[in-house]
Amino acid sequence: MELTNVLQALVNGLLIGMVYALISVGLTLIFGLMEIVNFAHGDLLMLAMYAAFWASVLVHLDPVFSWPLVVVGLGLLGIVIFHLVIAPILRAPMLAQIFATFGLGLFLRGLAQFLWKADFRTIDHPLLGQVAGGTLQLGSLFIGLPQLAAAVMAALAFGLLWLFINRTRVGLALQAVAEDRATAGLVGIDSRRMFALGWAIGGGCVGLAGAALASFYPVSPTVGVLFGLMSYFVVALGGFGSVPGALLAGLLVGLVQELSPALLGVPPSYKYAVVFGLYLLVVLVRPQGLLGRF
Amino acid sequence: MTAHNRRPLPKRSLVWLSVIVVALAAPLVFRSDTALNIGILLLLYATLAQAWNILGGLAGQISFGNAVFFGIGAYTSTVLLVRAGVSPWLGMLAGAALALVVALLVGFPMFRLGGHYFAIATIALGEIASTIVTNWDAVGGATGIVIPLVRDAQGQPSDSWRMLQFNQSRLPYYYLALVLLALTTLVTALILRSKLGYYLRAIRNDQQAARALGVAVLRYKLAAIALSAIFTAIAGTLYAQYLLYIDPETTMRLDLSVLAALIAILGGVGTVAGPLIGAAVMVPMSELTRAFLGGGGNAIDLLLYGGLIVLISLFEPQGLIGIGRRFRRSPRSQPVAVEPAPVSSSEEAH
Repeated sequence: MELTNVLQALVNGLLIGMVYALISVGLTLIFGLMEIVNFAHGDLLMLAMYAAFWASVLVHLDPVFSWPLVVVGLGLLGIVIFHLVIAPILRAPMLAQIFATFGLGLFLRGLAQFLWKADFRTIDHPLLGQVAGGTLQLGSLFIGLPQLAAAVMAALAFGLLWLFINRTRVGLALQAVAEDRATAGLVGIDSRRMFALGWAIGGGCVGLAGAALASFYPVSPTVGVLFGLMSYFVVALGGFGSVPGALLAGLLVGLVQELSPALLGVPPSYKYAVVFGLYLLVVLVRPQGLLGRF
Repeated sequence: MTAHNRRPLPKRSLVWLSVIVVALAAPLVFRSDTALNIGILLLLYATLAQAWNILGGLAGQISFGNAVFFGIGAYTSTVLLVRAGVSPWLGMLAGAALALVVALLVGFPMFRLGGHYFAIATIALGEIASTIVTNWDAVGGATGIVIPLVRDAQGQPSDSWRMLQFNQSRLPYYYLALVLLALTTLVTALILRSKLGYYLRAIRNDQQAARALGVAVLRYKLAAIALSAIFTAIAGTLYAQYLLYIDPETTMRLDLSVLAALIAILGGVGTVAGPLIGAAVMVPMSELTRAFLGGGGNAIDLLLYGGLIVLISLFEPQGLIGIGRRFRRSPRSQPVAVEPAPVSSSEEAH
């Protein structure tokens, strides 16, 4: 166990942790608003990664430039999904809600595999991989430029989201609906609009994460499964509905995943299992997760 | 769920009787290997769904981790057979016993979690179990275990009841799977009519209220997961003996857990017939689309049943069985919703 290895793992963990947090924030926001867990969340990420991939292959638009398009596209998709699939089941039994979104995920995965095959695809020469050889060297530490960019974008997105939720009228309305839908309705807030907005934000964040990931992570129809699972753990760990909780838990999950091989000598093949174990441990001690609602 | 489950109708028994007759006769009519394979898979998946139904449908504890029990059943009998020559019949019992122990050990702490937290915890559990098995060389690791063929004096693959292996005709697997499904279904029906069934429904509908009324919530949830685990594990052993090959990919992955739940949901959760209907629709559909629309992993089956699940959830949350009821029953005796919505009724406030 060398210090360099540990430091390197620390950096890697923080970087991937920011991406986990960004993916999870939409999930937690949606749950906070309407108490629905979107089990198709990982598959939305998959679509975002494909969008960035195809933009690069078909029109030679690197993710560095295409990300705003992907964000808008996924945001719109979020709104469409809300109106088509979610709105009809807002008051359905929990079972129906779980399986509607689960079925949607299967459908999207099937669609991707049908249209684009099960192949793993990578963007050939991502712009961020070419600048300075794609890595920054700090002493003996190596930091991947695409990974760094993803983490920085995630941090910016969290900052903006925080400002939006806490400093704008719409953001406050969003909070009001999450707090108490009926009372929010009495002061003239259309909860359905706020729900749609929640899905737009959720889709947008996943879009950003997908575009950022596309520069350094291979795309396949099932790429969303692992990231989706991670986001459920992050959200449950941080507390369903809590935005700061998602950030905290995302970083924690990233750190545990990367540090457990470096510090505890856990074989790398077990690194995700350690995360799942951590989730079980935390949730059994604190069934409501780490932090409360936003 | 509602009164009609407890009121035996002659018509109802007639339907069940004809289902049994059809199930018994089917492999004698459809004699091709493909049909037999679909039949056996159908029965095994129906068993998985029915076992899931005891935990997820009757008790309302949504599990995405039942593949763990399936894997325990498959691995216990196979490892005992390959390492020590133990008959799979004993292995089946050992697997069921181990699954029972694991279910109780896992259920005890995890049943404190509510709703989504429980569902996600079961995913975590399943992923941990499959990671362990994948990296555990003593049980074959990622490559799995091949069960050696039973051979006769001439060295030809043969049949053996003692070794639970049938190489000349696969028919016995079909009837064994049918017996297992019948048993699981019978137990589900008996639970529904028993006190346990009422307790489980009370827990499913409102756990706090059930507890307040003196229902020993944890004890009955444990009973549900124990039964679910036992039947799932037995199906696992049978599956291993049928395929004569197991690996973590086919016996322990998340998709299998999800499939068990999906089949039950599709047919009608919390009912006796639902999982059977679900399997009867889903398994042939998935096998046939795979066979006819090109098996090259173009995922049309995934597309179809993903879409089907969404549609069912949107328009008939009670599953396919609910569609049948619409035509048969007067509005007065419509079954009530499975669970109260977790969303407050203030939805229309705006």
